[in-house]
Amino acid sequence: MAVAEERTSPQSWPEVVLQTLKRNDVRLIPYVPDRVLTGLIKSLHADPFFTTFPTAREEEAVGIVSGAWMGGLKGAVLMQTSGFATLANVLASLVVPSQIPLIMFVSERGTLGEFNLGQSLVCRTMRPVLDSLAMEHHTCTRLDELEFVVDRSIKQAVTTQAPVALILSPLLTGGKVFDK
Amino acid sequence: MTSTPARNTKVMNRFDLTSRLVARLRNEEAVIGGIGNTNFDLWAAGHRPQNWYMLGSMGLAFPIALGVALAQPKRRVFALEGDGSLLMQLGTLSTIATLAPRNLTMVIMDNGIYQITGAQPTPAATTADLVAIAQASGLSNSTWAADEEDFERLIDQSLTSDGPTLIGVRIDDKPGTGTTKRDPVQIRENFMRGMGVRQPF
Repeated sequence: MAVAEERTSPQSWPEVVLQTLKRNDVRLIPYVPDRVLTGLIKSLHADPFFTTFPTAREEEAVGIVSGAWMGGLKGAVLMQTSGFATLANVLASLVVPSQIPLIMFVSERGTLGEFNLGQSLVCRTMRPVLDSLAMEHHTCTRLDELEFVVDRSIKQAVTTQAPVALILSPLLTGGKVFDK
Repeated sequence: MTSTPARNTKVMNRFDLTSRLVARLRNEEAVIGGIGNTNFDLWAAGHRPQNWYMLGSMGLAFPIALGVALAQPKRRVFALEGDGSLLMQLGTLSTIATLAPRNLTMVIMDNGIYQITGAQPTPAATTADLVAIAQASGLSNSTWAADEEDFERLIDQSLTSDGPTLIGVRIDDKPGTGTTKRDPVQIRENFMRGMGVRQPF
């Protein structure tokens, strides 16, 4: 049993995200980085299937994938919680009223061991903003559910022309911990 | 002590320049109009299926145009943006310079004011040179248009450029000429048809 488990060692969460993006033909990946996303960003850069690049601001990245969608290319934006907090205007005035299937991955700072008071307060603004716009969002906490949640959410976003936020919980990623 | 750089650029008109641009389009080029007067004048210059009009999200005309340019590298994409809007998103000039799409032409309509909110001056009005900022951001092919003929020449030149082009134009304080129909879903759907991404029912 132990041997079998070793042989089929589960994919890491970044691998699951990368493979699921690829299977859904999501190719354009602008991001504003986060420590938790480092491994995912590195493997996306290393894979020529994806066009992966940093932007100066999260709303800039949202603009880029919105334009790409209108031009026929699917994308997703990577950011952390504090980056999401800069997006209320672009979500309310571009993405939601234009019915653009924006796919966002937000690594969750500010909870389950946060050490920065500002981060914990910013985190509390995230779900109320999503809920106020009636945006679909899921908090990913378990590796065994991740592929299902990401795959179904991308497909639903595209077919219903509605944005989705996938919040990557410290329960999934390990989060960022205080180490001087 | 501050000094305003001397400019030998003529003060032109947004609607006139937009009309000149649209009149030169022959190959279903995409045109992304920024918030407010910039897209109002694009609308007034005559609606085309390849036009997209930004009703909110101030500052995102260039990023949106970049996305279209990356999605359709064989299509020329023009972006029209106001100076106040660009000031909200200067970082995107670096992003565009790094990705360097050769099919993207950006136009900055610079009147130094937030015309639509009551003509208040922008913080950059008397001090900053947006074309110089673009050049320093890595967009080496950035130029002020001296007059209307020079604008048309720069537009034509950009069609065969091997990198992104940015054209600054000084404009007067006139408001937009038309009013875009404010229907975001129709605007997006029409544009996607214009881009060949969608077919009508």
